[in-house]
Amino acid sequence: MTDETTARTSAASRRPPARAIKGLSDRAVGWIFVAPTIFLLLAINIFPLIWTIRLSLTNYRANRTTAEVSWVGLRNYERILTDPDIWNAMQATAHFVIWTLVLQVLIGFTLAYLINKKFKGNDLWTTIIVLPMMLSPAVVGNFWTFLYQPQIGLFNYFVGFLTGADPSSFSMIGDVALAPWAIVIVDTWMWTPFVMLICLAGLRSIPDSIYEAAECDRASKWRQFWTITIPMALPFLMLAVLFRGIENFKMFDLVVQLTGGGPGSVTELTSINLKREAFEKWRTGYASAYAVILFVTVFGLASIYVKALNKVKER
Amino acid sequence: MHSRHFLMAGTCALLLSGLATNAEADDLTLCWASWDPANALVELSKDFEAQSGHSMNFEFVPWPNFADRMLNELNSGGKLCDLMIGDSQWIGGSAENGHYVKLNDFFEAEDIKMSDFIDATVAGYSEWPKNTPNYWALPAFGDVVGWTYRKDWFERPELQAEFQEKYGRDLDAPETFAELKDIAEFFQGRDIDGTTVYGASIYTERGSEGITMGAMDVLYSYGFLYENPEQAYDMEGFVNSEGAVAGLEYYKELYDCCTPPGSSNGYMSEGIDAFKSGQVAMQMNFAFTWPGFENDANVGNGKTGYFVNPKGPNGDQFAQLGGQGISVVSYSEKQDAALEYIKWFAKPEVQAKWWEMGGFSCLKSVTLAPDFPQSQPYAQTFLDSMAVVKDFWAEPSYAILLQDTQRRFHDYVVAGNGTAKEALDGLVRDWTETFEDDGKL
Repeated sequence: MTDETTARTSAASRRPPARAIKGLSDRAVGWIFVAPTIFLLLAINIFPLIWTIRLSLTNYRANRTTAEVSWVGLRNYERILTDPDIWNAMQATAHFVIWTLVLQVLIGFTLAYLINKKFKGNDLWTTIIVLPMMLSPAVVGNFWTFLYQPQIGLFNYFVGFLTGADPSSFSMIGDVALAPWAIVIVDTWMWTPFVMLICLAGLRSIPDSIYEAAECDRASKWRQFWTITIPMALPFLMLAVLFRGIENFKMFDLVVQLTGGGPGSVTELTSINLKREAFEKWRTGYASAYAVILFVTVFGLASIYVKALNKVKER
Repeated sequence: MHSRHFLMAGTCALLLSGLATNAEADDLTLCWASWDPANALVELSKDFEAQSGHSMNFEFVPWPNFADRMLNELNSGGKLCDLMIGDSQWIGGSAENGHYVKLNDFFEAEDIKMSDFIDATVAGYSEWPKNTPNYWALPAFGDVVGWTYRKDWFERPELQAEFQEKYGRDLDAPETFAELKDIAEFFQGRDIDGTTVYGASIYTERGSEGITMGAMDVLYSYGFLYENPEQAYDMEGFVNSEGAVAGLEYYKELYDCCTPPGSSNGYMSEGIDAFKSGQVAMQMNFAFTWPGFENDANVGNGKTGYFVNPKGPNGDQFAQLGGQGISVVSYSEKQDAALEYIKWFAKPEVQAKWWEMGGFSCLKSVTLAPDFPQSQPYAQTFLDSMAVVKDFWAEPSYAILLQDTQRRFHDYVVAGNGTAKEALDGLVRDWTETFEDDGKL
């Protein structure tokens, strides 16, 4: 009886449950469950990517569907990489990405450090600080154009008040030297709270016991900051940089609302430039090559960065 | 039982009547930009609905997104629009890519004569290739870049006297661009009724077509030509001629000296705001804006004057054409009803009403009527302006040509990079590359 029961139990445990129910193996059931996701991934990510790469090797134009499409090889890539205007757009993007990251990390971490201290009204201040990131970029772009307006803009009046300059003597979004900084300021204003929140999560994840041990060892606050706070919050900080870096590399809406890429082309970031090529000039093949180059750039940088992030986490 | 039969019979009758109605009446959708004339067209079209039994729907898109949205629609073979009032520059691409229905046979069958419309509007809005009798649209809304000025300021005796003393002539609507700049400088930074005012509002917008429309409005009268009149697409020495360079330099000087602070990205709506708010003495803008000034509390009631684009240094006088024609979209499944609308819209009595409602009719029987010049304060200026129009390229690649122009002009005029000669030389290179890509060079 015991042997029979054991044999039955053993047979039941070897038999795949799916086979018992529907005559399918575990593996088949697993595929059935993930198939919709894989199909969606292929349909909306992989297929468009392959199609874009294919288009990038042609002279196809989406507004001339009847025209003959010819194979141009790597000519689109060559034209893009030797076009000074594209490099100008890359430089404008690099300026925007680097400075927004520097400012957002510095200000965001400082705010998080301050908010992490217990004080009265802590929650209220946190709510007030995160308000800008809850607004639509189009709305932010629009109202900052008013703030930057030389005759009625509060920003100009504020700068005039601090420096004694005539508020209407400078135009933040109309001046070649100031416009790149104008978009950096607005993006920093809008997205610093996001960095602050991630840093705050990092700071709050540090156990108090570590600081208590450091106190016992008579470590100064300065030393605690550099040897405990920064190393332990670093993975969070790096995550915030990754998110903001990727987002700002593809920045479009805010800058279009603010400057339209001008004056001239000094704030024409790569995404604006790409949109013009793809949907205003309708050079689809050329724009596809441009998109592939940007994709490889972002993907490559992000991959290197994620590896670095993992190393930091492992330490 | 009896009542059930009665109910069924009633339901069948209703269904049949519905089917019958569907066979006769269509829901037409007309696509255009979102602006004042579009609202007037909605009102005007109520007559069509009453007469035809068709119902009209409208899809209006704000100007900055109009081309993007509608060209996407056409390029994707969309069925949203049965009728399209598309920009004049779209005509080449829309004809060659099969977006619009060719209207020659329809015009002939319905006895609609293109010679009944203002010549410039037929060439600008309907023909492709240009100057050939191949019609893809009916001229719907005539428009041109002209100028408005603060007549009430110009008439002030103290300003008249000061201007006379400084420039040795009356303060009046300028006839040349040199005079226009003098007047703009005269008003720049002046205190009028306790407010600082500025010389002129001009087009500087970067994103769509603004600075091109504004700068070309000046360049034409300075001798700019798109190509060699003897040889198509031969642009060297025409686009970047000495006159064209001088014209672009003038536009930059006007921007630098005489526009309100922060005018680095302004187009039609910014110009309207600047003028209505009493910020500027003169304003460059399309004629469609003029009816709005007449009814405005600040600048209406005779305070606004109008003048044609001034003459260049050699006496040449041209103005940038605006406006649109109305076309039937080839992807529409209601082309017969759409053609019916065009037939109705072309009627002289409808065109007369269109003008009364604020639409700029292109029909000669309206514009050449003896009482037309007196019908509105701006009517004569509109007529005179339409007589001197020129338009941007209407090639299928117009968007590429336009975006290159936007970048070159904005880089020089607003950003101050390089010289006018470099900007125009660069433009010749850009345009040449585009035409080479198109196989036209």
